[in-house]
Amino acid sequence: MLRNTVKAARARPANSIRRSFATVADPPVRRYGGLKDQDRIFTNAYCRHDHGIKGAKSRGDWHRTKDILLKGDSWIIQQIKDSGLRGRGGAGFPSGLKWSFMNKPNWEKDPRPRYLVINADEGEPGTCKDREILRGDPHKLIEGCLVAGRGMNATAAYIYIRGEFYNEASNVQQAIDEAYAAGYLGKNACGSGFNFDVYVHRGAGAYICGEETALIESLEGKQGKPRLKPPFPADVGLFGCPTTVANVETVAVAPTICRRGSSWFAGFGRERNQGTKLFCISGHVNNPCVVEEEMSIPLKELVEKHCGGVRGGWDNLLGIIPGGSSVPILPIDKCGEVLMDYDSLKDAQSGLGTGAVIVMDKSTDLISAIARFSAFYKHESCGQCTPCREGTTWMNNMMQRMVTGRAHQREIDMLLELTKQVEGRTICALGDAAAWPIQGLMRHFRPLVEERIEQFKLSQGQVGFGGHLGSEVKEGLAIPDNLGLRL
Amino acid sequence: MSLLRCLSRPVFAGARRQISTTAATRSDALFVHRDTPYNNTKIAFEFSPENLKKAQQVIARYPPQYKKAAVIPLLDLGQRQNKGWTSISVMDYIAKLLEMTPMRVYEVATFYTMFNREPIGQHFVQVCTTTPCMLRGSTEILDTVCSHLGGIHAGQTTKDGKFTVIEVECQGACSNAPMLVVGDDFYEDLTPETTKKIIDSFARGEVPKPGPQSGRQTSENSAGLTALTSKPYGPGEFCQPDFQ
Repeated sequence: MLRNTVKAARARPANSIRRSFATVADPPVRRYGGLKDQDRIFTNAYCRHDHGIKGAKSRGDWHRTKDILLKGDSWIIQQIKDSGLRGRGGAGFPSGLKWSFMNKPNWEKDPRPRYLVINADEGEPGTCKDREILRGDPHKLIEGCLVAGRGMNATAAYIYIRGEFYNEASNVQQAIDEAYAAGYLGKNACGSGFNFDVYVHRGAGAYICGEETALIESLEGKQGKPRLKPPFPADVGLFGCPTTVANVETVAVAPTICRRGSSWFAGFGRERNQGTKLFCISGHVNNPCVVEEEMSIPLKELVEKHCGGVRGGWDNLLGIIPGGSSVPILPIDKCGEVLMDYDSLKDAQSGLGTGAVIVMDKSTDLISAIARFSAFYKHESCGQCTPCREGTTWMNNMMQRMVTGRAHQREIDMLLELTKQVEGRTICALGDAAAWPIQGLMRHFRPLVEERIEQFKLSQGQVGFGGHLGSEVKEGLAIPDNLGLRL
Repeated sequence: MSLLRCLSRPVFAGARRQISTTAATRSDALFVHRDTPYNNTKIAFEFSPENLKKAQQVIARYPPQYKKAAVIPLLDLGQRQNKGWTSISVMDYIAKLLEMTPMRVYEVATFYTMFNREPIGQHFVQVCTTTPCMLRGSTEILDTVCSHLGGIHAGQTTKDGKFTVIEVECQGACSNAPMLVVGDDFYEDLTPETTKKIIDSFARGEVPKPGPQSGRQTSENSAGLTALTSKPYGPGEFCQPDFQ
């Protein structure tokens, strides 16, 4: 090594810069993004090809699945662990670890059946990635169920598809029927000696059923109200049996990871954020689309390369919600520097969520956009925990007033306090999800809200707490301070 | 709070209280059932033979002791047979079929928004108005639909009983916003013009082609593909030696 360097230095013409031996070269800066088609897992995401079994097989699905199954559960889980795959449903929990919870010591002695439940209840505003998998690549999902099911020694998988996706559910049902007919599912699946069944279950329109325990409740034929944990689903889940709930995308990538190797998958994206991911970009971009890209791709590059840029140019950008409705918004300066992965977005006080990028340009009425989210969460709160049931209603009421500016300046802090009171005090994360967009708005765009309130005050006069107009109050009457009319 | 209440009369001069009826703002339909001529327990309902067969297939997916897991699919099936809405008779019938207490079925039917507990029109138009659609102009789409159907409001049915329009939350087609759903089909990438066309064809008794109305096929970049441009790789390509 040293000798080579000396030789190279000697070989150079005399006028070139001579490097001393002490020079430490900077590690090359790695740029993420620019995924090649040969590395894309969902090759039929745009439904350009046959979604049936014939087309799926020609794209490499069901190729030597038997050999994957025969490698055994620990091999499959180790592959997933090594690949660095993290859950694609929003929380980003390491998948290999989660799947391994099913194989506790002496699990064989437990006579209960074991279930894998696929969460295809895609309802987060901004998210439309699983839909492309369900309608374009259903066989990847079915094969994924089998492989993941083998990994966690499950007996059956239920695919919980949101009720609105009727045509998508038909595609999945077709894929299941084809797989049974080909002997890939059922008794002795793929000839591996492993028995495995896959069923479709359609939901009926409740966002909360995307939460894992609510999904289990719903699958059992009850209202979709989240359960308290512990016991965790891996101990007591669906029908009282060990269960793992996983996102469609997480499961659908598993067979490809096993076939192409964990190091291939881990080669994309930054450390701890490896892999490829489907991103769905909506809102004010020239060409909204769903695209599979490398993790850690810079947000700006994602928007400019695949969506034709922000409407009216990058400078016309107001903010981006990088991970679906539940994560806080990022202002333009941060949008220019963040990478689309779990850690970078977390550092920017937001989150990757489901990879649903909602772009808003300067024409957006940001307050009303966030207020619409509050209305969404109010509508979708299951009503089980008081802080969320009441809090989402309060947040919605206050946000709707902020849209017109009919509020007191101090109410911004009251609203923030309210969000803090809801956050972390509910069984599931819907309360947090309702609180975060508002917190993000106030964190980065508080002057906007203040200005709106000020303008309303200029045209309509003093506004008290709760939106009471000062003009409706008789002059000269003593009014307590806690109404905010004299503040 | 009580202080505010005591004060409210003298202080808020404008707010003279009367016995008035203000419609409460609710996010959804009422949860209670009231017997009406078109919706009461005396109206008989049972599955048609083919639906009964389908129902048996659905029930077979779940462990025998958990028959009630089939309640959501069966309510959906019942709703489809019952002209798109779930009457009390449908719920009672399914409770009997699944050996459940009727109350447990009512709980489910009231919880999930896709079960309509009031009759709906022949075409059930659901316009998504959640933020991603709103950013792309769903308010205009909703207004277009309502005004094109003779000035009805979201939640109402046209006089001829052909269309019911409602506002819905995110339907999961955000990259194809704005969108609306008619029955089970998604109509995406809408403009007011295409929206009118869709409504008109339904009014004529035709079924327009579902999917994006802008000319693109699904959710790809409309200005030309930026991904998946080459032929998809085949079985065994790029795989580890074990799986080639």
